[in-house]
Amino acid sequence: MESAAVPQDNVSTLANHKKAIYATSVTGEYAIVASSGWQVEAEVTTQALQELERLAEEAYESVVVGKFAPLYFHMYNQRMDLSTLAQASGIFKWRLKRHLKPSVFAKLSQELIEGYAETLGLSVEELCRLPQRGGSGA
Amino acid sequence: MPSQTFEHTHSAHCESGVMSSMMRHHGLPLSEAMVFGLSGALMFAYIPFVKLGGMPLIAYRSMPKAIIKGLQKNLGVKMKMQTFADSQQGTKALDDLLDQGEIIGVQSSVFWLPYFPEEMRFHFNAHNLIVYGKEGAEYLISDPVFEAPVRCQVKALEKARFVKGVMAPKGLLYYPVKVPETIDYEIIISKVVKKTAKAMLKTPVPIAGIRGIRALAKSIGKLEKKELRYAKLFLGHIVRMQEEIGTGGAGFRFIYASFLQEAGTIIESDKLKEASQIMTLVGDQWREFALMIAKAIRSKKSQKIDFIALQTKLESVANAEAEVYKKLL
Repeated sequence: MESAAVPQDNVSTLANHKKAIYATSVTGEYAIVASSGWQVEAEVTTQALQELERLAEEAYESVVVGKFAPLYFHMYNQRMDLSTLAQASGIFKWRLKRHLKPSVFAKLSQELIEGYAETLGLSVEELCRLPQRGGSGA
Repeated sequence: MPSQTFEHTHSAHCESGVMSSMMRHHGLPLSEAMVFGLSGALMFAYIPFVKLGGMPLIAYRSMPKAIIKGLQKNLGVKMKMQTFADSQQGTKALDDLLDQGEIIGVQSSVFWLPYFPEEMRFHFNAHNLIVYGKEGAEYLISDPVFEAPVRCQVKALEKARFVKGVMAPKGLLYYPVKVPETIDYEIIISKVVKKTAKAMLKTPVPIAGIRGIRALAKSIGKLEKKELRYAKLFLGHIVRMQEEIGTGGAGFRFIYASFLQEAGTIIESDKLKEASQIMTLVGDQWREFALMIAKAIRSKKSQKIDFIALQTKLESVANAEAEVYKKLL
């Protein structure tokens, strides 16, 4: 790709940052070109972000109807899934799945709750409730 | 104390960028492309049974830390690498090294680094950056994928260094203890280039190298039978791994072409320079493939995605890329 062809699409997913792309000059010499992004990558990043938001949204609803504890929402809201949270908190997946049930979560030890809160970067208080609507998709 | 002489450079990729800056700081000028090429980091792997965030692992380069290890093996650089069981110890070790005036390579999560914009924060634990100083409760950081140096709160970096899970950094710190003054390029370049070509062409497993690219093409052809939402996410995932994740464009193929060019100039090899030109064209084809995918994803639900056309395109990319390596064997 020639330097002149390096996309400068000012994409929102780079949030005003520039990324380094390798491209050739007119005489064929390679150099780094700072790019404000390519529409193509912005579309796929947006797609991935929207999928994460969709999962958090679904999770929010299922917590509202009492199917899961708020932990379930916070997991997705912090862009994790069952495997990621299980590994990040050092708790087996089958155990985590149990802890997601409101009745089981209510009886968890303070230690376990603090562990989840720390893994998700939240306070214990934040972890144990749903944020006011409009707080998802962070 | 910030290291007085350290210079930040904007790079395409974190690990090669860190190692390039570090080598230069220690008196061995080595461009990012040379670091990438000489460590033998170019690869392709498609591992359907290893899932990250629900998507199969697709990598355009070898494993994290392969660049650090490759430079040690191929150039005789010696690195001190340290991990920690305890996060406070890890922070203390970093601070002590900074006090001694060292610049330190650090492995971290991307998600927990506050200076990353929201749009780029995904759970990826094998990011690399250099800490070159500390002022009050903040570290001075040279993150190669950013244009300028950044700052990060001590507590935030500690969290990012000690996340658990896949590729957990365990607080990894690294810095060179021995950097060679000169390099015998004649020998090393041809050795590494051949080795990479061989690895891409003659893998024993059908999920790595050119065979891996073909396997991915085949999987795309089979997406027709899958749910449309999954198919689109899968296709988007390929492009993200190729273009979004610090690859310098076309999944590291342009960086490698840049390496072949620079290496060809150093040892005056027309073969390498020609290979560089062909690799550039291969990179252009990877970008065409990405564009085809973007168009396919954009299409409305009623329109059918032509998976076979995408498969065919990727197969032709694989064939073109194989030609580069055949030339370099």
